[in-house]
Amino acid sequence: MAVSNTNAERRRAPLSSWVKQTFLTLGSVAVTMLGLLFVTFIIGRVMPIDPVLAIVGERASQSTYDAVYQQLGLDKPLLVQFLYYLWDVCRGDFGMSLLNARPVAEDIARVFPATMELATIGVFIGIVLGVPLGVVAAVNRGSWIDQIARVVALVGYSMPIFWLGLMGLLVFYGVLGWVGGPGRLDIFYEDIVPARTGMILLDSALAGEWSVFRNAFSHIVLPASLLGYYSLAYISRMTRSFMLEQLTAEYVTTARVKGLSERAVIWRHAFKNIRVQLITVIALSYANLLEGSVLTEIIFSWPGIGSYITTALLSADMNAVLGGTVVVGLIFICLNILSDLLYRVFDPRSK
Amino acid sequence: MNSLTRFMSSAALGVALAITAAPAAIAETPANMLVIANRIDDITTLDPAESFEFAGSDVSRNIYQKLVNFDPMNLEGGYQPEIAESWTVSDDGTTITFTIRDGLKFHSGNPVTAADVEFSLRRAVALNKTPAFILTQFGFTADNVGETIVADGNTVTIKTDKPYATSFVLNCLTSTIGGIVDMKTVMANEVDGDMGNEWLKTNSAGSGAYKLVNWKPNESVTLQSNPDFYLGAPEMERVIVRHVQESASQRLLLERGDIDIARDLNPEDVAGARDADGVKIHDELRGRLMYLAFNQKHPELSKPEVRQALKYLIDYEGMQNSFLNGQYTVHQNFLPRTFLGAVDENPFSLNVEKARELLKAAGVPEGLELTAGVREAQERTEIAQAYQNALAQVGIKLNIMVGTAKQILGEYRARNLDIYIGAWGPDYPDPHTNAGTFAYNPDNSDEANATGLLAWRNSWDTGGLTEKVAGAVVENDRDKRQMMYNDIQAEFRDTSPFAVMFQKIEQAGMRDNVQNVNLGGATTAVSYWPITK
Repeated sequence: MAVSNTNAERRRAPLSSWVKQTFLTLGSVAVTMLGLLFVTFIIGRVMPIDPVLAIVGERASQSTYDAVYQQLGLDKPLLVQFLYYLWDVCRGDFGMSLLNARPVAEDIARVFPATMELATIGVFIGIVLGVPLGVVAAVNRGSWIDQIARVVALVGYSMPIFWLGLMGLLVFYGVLGWVGGPGRLDIFYEDIVPARTGMILLDSALAGEWSVFRNAFSHIVLPASLLGYYSLAYISRMTRSFMLEQLTAEYVTTARVKGLSERAVIWRHAFKNIRVQLITVIALSYANLLEGSVLTEIIFSWPGIGSYITTALLSADMNAVLGGTVVVGLIFICLNILSDLLYRVFDPRSK
Repeated sequence: MNSLTRFMSSAALGVALAITAAPAAIAETPANMLVIANRIDDITTLDPAESFEFAGSDVSRNIYQKLVNFDPMNLEGGYQPEIAESWTVSDDGTTITFTIRDGLKFHSGNPVTAADVEFSLRRAVALNKTPAFILTQFGFTADNVGETIVADGNTVTIKTDKPYATSFVLNCLTSTIGGIVDMKTVMANEVDGDMGNEWLKTNSAGSGAYKLVNWKPNESVTLQSNPDFYLGAPEMERVIVRHVQESASQRLLLERGDIDIARDLNPEDVAGARDADGVKIHDELRGRLMYLAFNQKHPELSKPEVRQALKYLIDYEGMQNSFLNGQYTVHQNFLPRTFLGAVDENPFSLNVEKARELLKAAGVPEGLELTAGVREAQERTEIAQAYQNALAQVGIKLNIMVGTAKQILGEYRARNLDIYIGAWGPDYPDPHTNAGTFAYNPDNSDEANATGLLAWRNSWDTGGLTEKVAGAVVENDRDKRQMMYNDIQAEFRDTSPFAVMFQKIEQAGMRDNVQNVNLGGATTAVSYWPITK
C-alpha cells in the first residue's frame, strides 16, 4: 500500500504542478493585461488629444461638441468609463473606431497579418544570418572576421531606418528595378487572391497563384531584409557576447583537452549552453518587429499595425489605440510564455 | 514623421538620385487605368450625408451627382445643371423648383427620380451629421422636411425659411452633402432606422462617373467607371488611389512610372521631380487660408493702431519665397481667389518702421509680452517663429505655445489666446462660408458661446459688418452680391483683428501623358472623368 501510494503521489505530482503552473500563468497574464489596459486607458484619457474634436471638427458649435462628448461617455467618471471598456474587451469588443466607424477588431485583423508577415521573414533573416555571424565572431575574437561583424552590427544599430529604407528603395527599386516599390503588391495583382490569413505570400501560395506570390515576394523582400538587418545586428552581437562567456568556461577547456574537434566544442557544447539566452534575445527581437516598425511601414507604404496605431494616435482615435495596444501586449505575453516553454525544453535545470 | 525627418528623407533621396546611374526602364500604368498616390487616412466615411474630409470629398465627387454641380473644365463658370436640368425661383425668393433630367440612371440600374432627390436631401437633414449645417442653415429640420423638401412628378421643390440668394442655396447644393443617393438600394440596406448610414459608409449608391469597388482604410480606394454616365463613359476605366504617406516614396513611385499622379509632394520633392524625365508639376489654387488672429479682449490688441501695426510686421513675401515656396501664395482677404466676390488686393507688406510708429501712437508700453497659440504643424510653427522675430524688432516679446488640437483649439475656442496662428478652409463653395465666420458675430458676449464663429473666438464685435454679411447672403442680384463682398472685405482688411496671409497652392506631380487634370480649385474636389492619358 505504501509503495502504491507513493507511486500515485508521483503520478499526481506532475499533474497538479502542471495545473498550478497553468493557473499561475493565466493569472499573471490576466493581471498584466489588466494593468496594461488600465495604464493605456488612463494615458489615453489624460493626454492632450481630443476625440470629440476629431469627430465633430474644428468649427462645430458648443452644443454639437457637448452632445458628442456625452455620446462617447466622456462625461462619466474615469473609473466608470474604464469598467465599461473592460467589460466590452472581455467580450472581444474593442469598440468602433471613432474615425472610420468600423469595428477596431476588424481593422486589427486586417493590418496585423501584414506586420506579422513582414516581421516573421525579418526575424528569420536575423536568426539565420545573425546567429552564425555571432558565433564565428566570438570564435575568431579580434580577427578581421570579428571586426567585420562588429562594423556590420554597428551600421545596423546606428543608421536611421528611414535613410536605409529610402536608399534601399532608390537602389533596388528605382535604379536596378530588382524589387517591387512601396505597397504589398503591384496594382495589377490586387484583389486576385482571397484573403484567408491576410498574409499575401501564404494566401497566394494556398490559392496556387504563383504570379501573385512572386510579385508579393518582390515587394516584401526589401522591407523584410531591412528589418532582418536590424535583427541581425542585435542577435549577432548578443550571440557573440554569450559565446565568449562560454568559450572561456572550464568545461570547454576540458572538452578540448579530451580531444574533441573544435566544431564539436563550439556547436555541441558551447552553443548548446547559450540557447536559452538566445531564445530570450530572439523573442524580444521578434516582439519588437511584431509591434510594427512605424518608419519602415510608412516608407514602404506597408499597412501594418505600427502605422495603424500611430495614425490612430495622431487622429485621437483612442479605441483604435487601445485595441492596438492590447494586441501588442498580448504578443509580448504570448512570446514570453513561448520562451518559458522553450526554456523547459532546452534547459534541463528547469525540468 | 517629424519635419526634420521629412526634410532629411527628401534630401537623401535628392542627393542619391543625383549621384546614381540612370534608373532602370520606366514602368507604365495601363492606358485605361489611373493610379494616384495620396494621403487618404482622413477618410472616415463615404456616406455623402456624413463625409466632410478632403480625401472623402474627392471620392464622393466622382461617385455622386448633385442637382447642380461644377464643370471641372470650367470652374469659373460656377454651378451648372446636373441632375436638375433647370430650376425656377418663386417671386418671394423662398422656393426653388428643380426639374429633374430624364434618362439618368444609378449604378444599380435604377432611374434617378425626383423621389430619390427628395429622399437624399431629407435624409441628410434627418441624419444630422457634421456637414448637415450646410443644409439646415436654410431652416430645414428633421420635423419640417416633409413640407420643405417635396417631390412632385419630375420636380423637386425646396422651401427655405428666408429669401436667401439663389446662388447661395445652389452653391451649397454642390457640396458633398448634396450628393443624390439611390433610395431603393440605400433603404434595402437600412439597419435599425439608420437610413442606410452604416452601409453607405463603405459602399456606394450613386449615379456619377464612377462607382466604388472598395475602400480599405489607410490603404486604397478603387473606383470603376460608369459606362452609362450621362456625359459619356470616362476614359479611365479604373481609378486606384493608394495611401502613400511619405512624400519621398510618392516621388519615387512617380519617377519610376508606377503611379500617374502624386498628390502630397513636399517642396523639396516638387523641386526634385520637376527635373525628372517624363514628370510634370501641376499647380492649382485651393481654398485653404493661413491667418493670424488677435484677441480683442487684450487691452493692447483691441487698439486699431496696434492691429494695423501687427499686420505690417508679417513678412508675407519673405515667407512665401522661403519655407512656403510654391505651396502658398500671398492673399490677404477672407475669400479665396476664384470664389464669388474674391478680391486680389494685398495692401500689407513687412514695414517695421511704420509698425513702430503705429505702436508708438497707440501708446503700447515697452516690453509688451504676448502669447501665440499654434498647432504642431511644420509650416505653422515656422510662421510663428518668423513672426516672433519680426515682433522682437519692435520690442514685443512673443511667446509661442505649440500644442495639439485639444490644447490650442481648446484655448482658442475659450477666447483665451492673445494670438492664434492657424488655417481655415471653406465648408462649401459660397462666399458666405467664410464671411459668415470671419466677419459675422451677432452676439459678442461670453454667454453666446458661439465657438463656431472665428469673430466670436477673437471677441470681435464686428461693428456693422455682421449686418452687411447678413445682407449679402440674401442678395439675389449676383453682381450686386459680388460688390457687397468686395466692400465687406475692404473694411475687414482695415479694421478686423485678422491678418489673412496666404492661400494654399496644391502642387501635384504627374506623368507627362496625363491630361485634363482638375483638382477642384478652391471650390470643389478632384474630377477623374475628364482625365485622359
